[in-house]
Amino acid sequence: MAGLTSNATAFLAGPDEIAERIPDGAFVAMPPDYSLPAMAVVRSLIRKKSRNLRLLGVPVLGMCADLLIGAGCVAEVETSAVSLGEAGLAPRFTEAVESGAIKVRDATCPAVHTGLQASEKGVPFMPLGGVIGSSLIERRNDWKVARDPFTSEEILYVKAIIPDVALFHARWADEAGNVWVGRRRELATISHAARATYVTYEEKRVGDMLEDEILAPGVISSVYITAVAPAQRGAWPLGVAQVYGIDDAHLMQYARAARTKSGFDDYLKQFVFASEVK
Amino acid sequence: MNFQKEELLACTIARLIAEARHVAVGAASPIPATAVFLLRARGLPVRISLLQKRSANPFSEGSRELFDLAGQGRIDAFFLGGAQIDGEGNVNLVEAEGRRFPGSFGSAFMYGAVKQTILFREEHSRRVLVPKVEFVSAAGHPAALLTGKALFGWNRERRRFVLRSFHYCGGVDDVRRNTGFAFDVENESISETMPPGQEELKLLRGPVAKQIAVDYPEFAKRVWE
Repeated sequence: MAGLTSNATAFLAGPDEIAERIPDGAFVAMPPDYSLPAMAVVRSLIRKKSRNLRLLGVPVLGMCADLLIGAGCVAEVETSAVSLGEAGLAPRFTEAVESGAIKVRDATCPAVHTGLQASEKGVPFMPLGGVIGSSLIERRNDWKVARDPFTSEEILYVKAIIPDVALFHARWADEAGNVWVGRRRELATISHAARATYVTYEEKRVGDMLEDEILAPGVISSVYITAVAPAQRGAWPLGVAQVYGIDDAHLMQYARAARTKSGFDDYLKQFVFASEVK
Repeated sequence: MNFQKEELLACTIARLIAEARHVAVGAASPIPATAVFLLRARGLPVRISLLQKRSANPFSEGSRELFDLAGQGRIDAFFLGGAQIDGEGNVNLVEAEGRRFPGSFGSAFMYGAVKQTILFREEHSRRVLVPKVEFVSAAGHPAALLTGKALFGWNRERRRFVLRSFHYCGGVDDVRRNTGFAFDVENESISETMPPGQEELKLLRGPVAKQIAVDYPEFAKRVWE
């Protein structure tokens, strides 16, 4: 992995070049279906036959995880949930967990955010309210119930989460290597916390977005961005706000196909192993 | 019966949360959302943060903002379901009878962070309402448990549900037959859940149906078309 001080963003040719840089066994942080998943890279990872990936859902996962799990790319998922939302249960995830093919490190949404926020601040852990009484704690050796040093009351400490890779899609990248994700600020948090951040983008803008006061609050600075690559409609079948919406019909089609292994394999043949859908 | 079951459930929730000023409603929860829109249609100053919303979502700090709001006490009411719910108010969203469910989402935190957590599950059966959940996603003190058959309150000291009313003529026996945990009964003369009033039905079928159709089109079509 690149050192954290290397801040020259690499400009790559496309999603396949990003997938090449994500090694087997990597701990990869990804957003939910509503928050700019890099679906084109997910398809590239499946084509290159990635193995033993550990996925981190920030804070939950959807179709991107179900695809990778069904294709045999995943050994473990750390997440607060995996679901296809309106399209129902994530069928390949469900099957893989029930058959013991993958491990799940169950979390709860704010604990994922808290662990990443600890990493972005460079501290070893952070406290989080609530959660005490949940069976989740017994299964997590990186969560500890301890005493609040000020009040001596019980509180949960969540160990910092440091992903090897943050992977997501963006509306824009610019010539300076910055990316724009708008209000999807959990993407900023994962890029701050991760050792390397790879981003696909819809369009490239000339100049430096940080010089624009209107755009700047939605920007993630190039200091965090390891590499970017163009991928038009790179979130499809999920959406990019005000550019293209979620392809609900396709999601339903996927949810139906993935109910069986053979249906899932047919889906891969048609939408992943055939040339990248534009 | 001149109303739909969904209308009865929404009106019952609206009565439970009438004092709330900020209600968060999770994904795939059209009935709780209907309840909040009903309160707004009655002119009550209640804010709704609808996680389902694809455009004009209320948050600008990413998905952690909901939890930060709740952690500070800025959210009064929230709703939790469960693959299993037990007599001590624990909910299980992870695994039951060898089957895997999506996961705990934010439940472990939200349950205690908001002032009123309402447990809501339409299915009322011994499969769902169990003596003891197999996995505790979240534990806490619920404000109420509402199902397709009944409304329960909560006795904090005894950590036990208290049956307040049943929705249909089956009565207490029918509720007992279909509930896997023991519960108290409020008093001898408990009766049917208060049905929606004419004014509520008018609002539900008018302005509320229109608002709900924006974010829950399938649900609105099923109930009101």
